[in-house]
Amino acid sequence: MKYYQREIECAPRDTLRALQSERLARTVRHVYQNVAYYRDLMDKKGVGPDDIRSVDDLPKLPFLTKDDLRDAYPYGLLAVPLHDCVRIQSTSGTTGRRVVAFYTQDDIDLWEECCARAIAAAGGTKDDVVHVCYGYGLFTGGPGLNGGSHKVGALTLPMSSGNTDRQVQFMCDLGSTILCCTPSYAAYLAETIVGQGRRDEIKLKAGIFGAEAWSEEMRRDIEKKLGIRAYDIYGLTEISGPGVSFECEEQTGMHINEDHFLAEIIDPDTGETLPDGAKGELVFSCISKKAFPLLRYRTRDICVLSRETCSCGRTLIKMSKPMGRSDDMLIIRGVNVFPSQIETVLLGAGFPSNYQIIVDRVNYTDTFEVQVEMTPEMFSDKVKQIATREEDLLASLRAMLGISPKVTLVAPRTIARSEGKAVRVIDRRKI
Amino acid sequence: MAIDQISIFVENSPGRLAEVTQTLGAAGIDLRAMSIADTMDFGILRLIVNEPARALEVLKAAQCVFSVTPVLAVSVADKPGNLARALSALAAEGVSVEYAYAFIARQRGNAYVIFRVEDNERAQAILEKNGIQVVNSDELYAL
Repeated sequence: MKYYQREIECAPRDTLRALQSERLARTVRHVYQNVAYYRDLMDKKGVGPDDIRSVDDLPKLPFLTKDDLRDAYPYGLLAVPLHDCVRIQSTSGTTGRRVVAFYTQDDIDLWEECCARAIAAAGGTKDDVVHVCYGYGLFTGGPGLNGGSHKVGALTLPMSSGNTDRQVQFMCDLGSTILCCTPSYAAYLAETIVGQGRRDEIKLKAGIFGAEAWSEEMRRDIEKKLGIRAYDIYGLTEISGPGVSFECEEQTGMHINEDHFLAEIIDPDTGETLPDGAKGELVFSCISKKAFPLLRYRTRDICVLSRETCSCGRTLIKMSKPMGRSDDMLIIRGVNVFPSQIETVLLGAGFPSNYQIIVDRVNYTDTFEVQVEMTPEMFSDKVKQIATREEDLLASLRAMLGISPKVTLVAPRTIARSEGKAVRVIDRRKI
Repeated sequence: MAIDQISIFVENSPGRLAEVTQTLGAAGIDLRAMSIADTMDFGILRLIVNEPARALEVLKAAQCVFSVTPVLAVSVADKPGNLARALSALAAEGVSVEYAYAFIARQRGNAYVIFRVEDNERAQAILEKNGIQVVNSDELYAL
């Protein structure tokens, strides 16, 4: 069985469209009544719940951005009483950039069903052993795939991230068949397994890899090393988590679970809705969720939507892999990083804000370096004193970002400037 | 009788050390003593020069990051065990040495040792009490 909910995944377009229109109208009404923040935005735009009758009316609604999430933090976009919520998930990153999402039990169920669809599309059934080494906790990766695996009825191994030797041992001992993790960790695991000469001991047949960008070349490499089929999965905490869209056996884009999440492509500069097939910013509207149903949320991911018929039989629209961002956010080792966060830390620690972020990918793993120019205030004739300041800075950066960069102190005026403006980010990754 | 040591930040990349020393050399500044402390990604070049005030101007013009630290210089006969004697004297009084470096003046047969301590006056008193000669800046610059 390659579908989890065939009736939805392969529904005739008209059926799906009718369902979407009905759910959208209902959700807009629910949000208008319960979320003062969005009601104000709608009122300002002169649009009321009665104006939204079908998916065609979607462009009438105001957008939401990460700035709105910050302004409304933590409860401002909550659409149900807190006592109806059963779960919180969050992104890494601190003040101002952290996303906190709320879920009712129904919200959790539909999210897990989306993940179940992804697992089923990767060939997962009750007979599989699903090895989840996404992080568990506030991060949606672990809980999402874990829940999806339960829905499928597979035997779930909630490994969480890290401890590679143990991962490999469990994989061999318990016969894991489907691996869920970030693509870079999959590549690392593959190298470890091959390096330990245990390729014959594993029973993996598929992998579901997401939360960071990866290339087709990387996919083929992982597939070859592990002898599996590798599937992409996409999602974001704001909308639910992993499983907003997922790949099928055709591996030519990710099917969006559009019975729950309406997708649009807009021109990031004008906000104008673009036709299917055009490249632009991906925007999602949640039409089934209760607790945190963001409408027209701008993901800042640049991609293309396609309604072309898929050989897998699904009628769900497909999105390309994100091709870039319409803001300056970087995704490093699966973690969202904004240059402004680094600036905040530097200024707070008494460093000049003259910095440069250098991101690269070595052996499929992101490297992340923050170069900071040395100043007289920072300098000392004692190595220990400078090293201590460097360590303090590293600790602050780690606390702010959720991942550790390598901090390098460089001579004044060595950070490249173009037309007087410093180049803040050098991303050498070729994805 | 502390001596001004100039500490300069040197990025750990090829040619940086040469660049800094060339800048000073071109301005006619003589190095009396130097040491480098290095870590994975940067180094601290510590110098005693003949004309500290002018050296600072040169470094400033070259937009280097530097600082001036008063250090102690002692002169001991260039014989085995003499440095140990000076260090033992300081250790016996609980004075810890942050770092030290030495150089030899050939024509005098003396070794000079630069000490970086927290309290120069106290360290000087201890050294002199133990018969170790603390050198003043004039003597050092004139070497």
